[in-house]
Amino acid sequence: MKAKPETEKRDAAAAGAFTGEQAVERIDAKNSVKDIMEKVMQGVFLFCGLVAIGFVLVISVYLIISGIPAIREVGLLNFLGGTTWSPANKTEPSFGILPMILTSVYGTAGAIIIGVPIGFLMAVFLSKVANRRVAAVIREVVDLLAGIPSVVYGLVGMMVLVPGIRNVFNLAAGDSLLAAIIVLAVMILPSIISVSETALNAVPREYEEASLALGATEIETYFRVSAPAAKSGIAAAVVLGVGRAIGEAMAILMVAGNVANMPSLLSSVKFLTTAIAGEMSYAGGLHRQALFSIGLVLFVFIMLINAALNFFFKRDKEGN
Amino acid sequence: MNEHESITAPLSARRRAWNGTMRALLYAAAAFICALLVFLIGYILYRGIPNLSWQFLSSEESVINDIQGILPAIINTVYVVFWTLLIILPLGVGSAIYLTEYATNKKLVSIIEFATETLAGMPSIIFALVGMMVFCQALGLGTSLIAGSLTLVMMTLPTIIRTTQESLKTVPQSYREGSLALGSGKWHMIRTVVLPSSIDGIVTGCILAVGRIVGESAILMFTAGMSMSMAQFGGGSIGEFFSNFFSAAGSTLTVSLYVYAKERADFGLAFAVAVVLLIIAFVINIAAKLAGKKLKKN
Repeated sequence: MKAKPETEKRDAAAAGAFTGEQAVERIDAKNSVKDIMEKVMQGVFLFCGLVAIGFVLVISVYLIISGIPAIREVGLLNFLGGTTWSPANKTEPSFGILPMILTSVYGTAGAIIIGVPIGFLMAVFLSKVANRRVAAVIREVVDLLAGIPSVVYGLVGMMVLVPGIRNVFNLAAGDSLLAAIIVLAVMILPSIISVSETALNAVPREYEEASLALGATEIETYFRVSAPAAKSGIAAAVVLGVGRAIGEAMAILMVAGNVANMPSLLSSVKFLTTAIAGEMSYAGGLHRQALFSIGLVLFVFIMLINAALNFFFKRDKEGN
Repeated sequence: MNEHESITAPLSARRRAWNGTMRALLYAAAAFICALLVFLIGYILYRGIPNLSWQFLSSEESVINDIQGILPAIINTVYVVFWTLLIILPLGVGSAIYLTEYATNKKLVSIIEFATETLAGMPSIIFALVGMMVFCQALGLGTSLIAGSLTLVMMTLPTIIRTTQESLKTVPQSYREGSLALGSGKWHMIRTVVLPSSIDGIVTGCILAVGRIVGESAILMFTAGMSMSMAQFGGGSIGEFFSNFFSAAGSTLTVSLYVYAKERADFGLAFAVAVVLLIIAFVINIAAKLAGKKLKKN
């Protein structure tokens, strides 16, 4: 009485899991609905996989097509090497973006010079020195810092840094390269900290133990053994920071002043990104096309940085 | 450290000085960053909370009645998040499934991964430019929240692919083999075995994507406009409803913060929006942590 339902159940289970019979059926009738479904789904997934490639192609093609005309009209050398940007000038418009290129380079370099040492020290602190609970709390807050939208950084920079710089240096206006550099430095901190910390955590414990056993102090071990061992990870963090800083638009649009001067620390400046973000809404004709060309220049910069990043990450993987 | 010094010869003065300096620098950097964090968050709350009221959150701006409100921005943000997720979820998860379950061609996989990394490193202003050209102009969507969502799909694709892929990798190979050995086809296996066991990773990816969407400003400024008034989402007839629903445009929370700060110099209201954004970022961080923890447990 008891055994019967159990065998029934087993049979039902076997039927439900469709082992032998259905497999045979599948071999016999290859065009069954199920097979078609399998084929269709494979196609659907392949399509999804190719979407990323499609997006990159669309971005590249559109930027190149829309960026070339203005460069052609102005001339590549005049465009990249010209020092005056006055696109709205009716009689003699000029489209030189050298000030913006230099501003973007200086701004990024400044943010790296300030952000990387602090971020690196913080990563060493979190990875090696701080006790676990303190490190966990700090990490949470750093993550929150990474989640704050860039316009919020811009707003705080506008209200705190800009007046501060105006008062300290006695300027007419505080919107300046310096303000932008500080905002960028704060914005790249979270990614520098987390990537360097991951690299430092991956250093084999034996290296550090060997160093300590040879008589080095803990601090010496962190800086002379752990850090060099994690150097490609830290390099990746730096390159990631460069990518972030050079691509940021909205936050520095709010603090940089947006006049296309040749860059100097305390003058109002215009970045590649802020030129696009700030002028697109009212630009027309050749001016608008020139903004697309700026986008193309920025795109080339970013692709170079991505290539560098790939190089470091790959070396890191092979190294381990 | 003290123990350590006692068993070796005392450090030379130079080494001691170096050690002391570096240790001081470590603590100084940590203290500096902590102070910065406390200042940033404290300052935003201090300037923003006095301007935050229920009326501000729940009403539409009206010049005649002298009412300031960000309800349209909140609705636009939700609308954009909804559409972006609706499109990105099948695409991103499907892409991750292709990479981990189907792909056999190594070259294709490395090209797809290169494309994903390229998208991940692309600054939003580039997406904004391309989104404006492709969706607003070439595809004729005009300045609309839908065009913004489609552009955001490009931006968030790498996030979803990466987190889904990570959680797919944690599904034990034996589950797949068991399912296949019982005669199920690949799609059946993915649907019934692989996807249910990796749902946590997909959820984490969605939460992270929501964070990026809410925080994005340049893309939405270019594609969805900066209008602060309520967009027309509905309409009388069905045709009208659809055309309104898909052509709705306006500013999201981040864009309205920018408008308040930069165009109207109304900093109190800008900080009030900043508080809202800060709270959203905080909630999203916690949610992502919780989902991630669940993922690790499984």
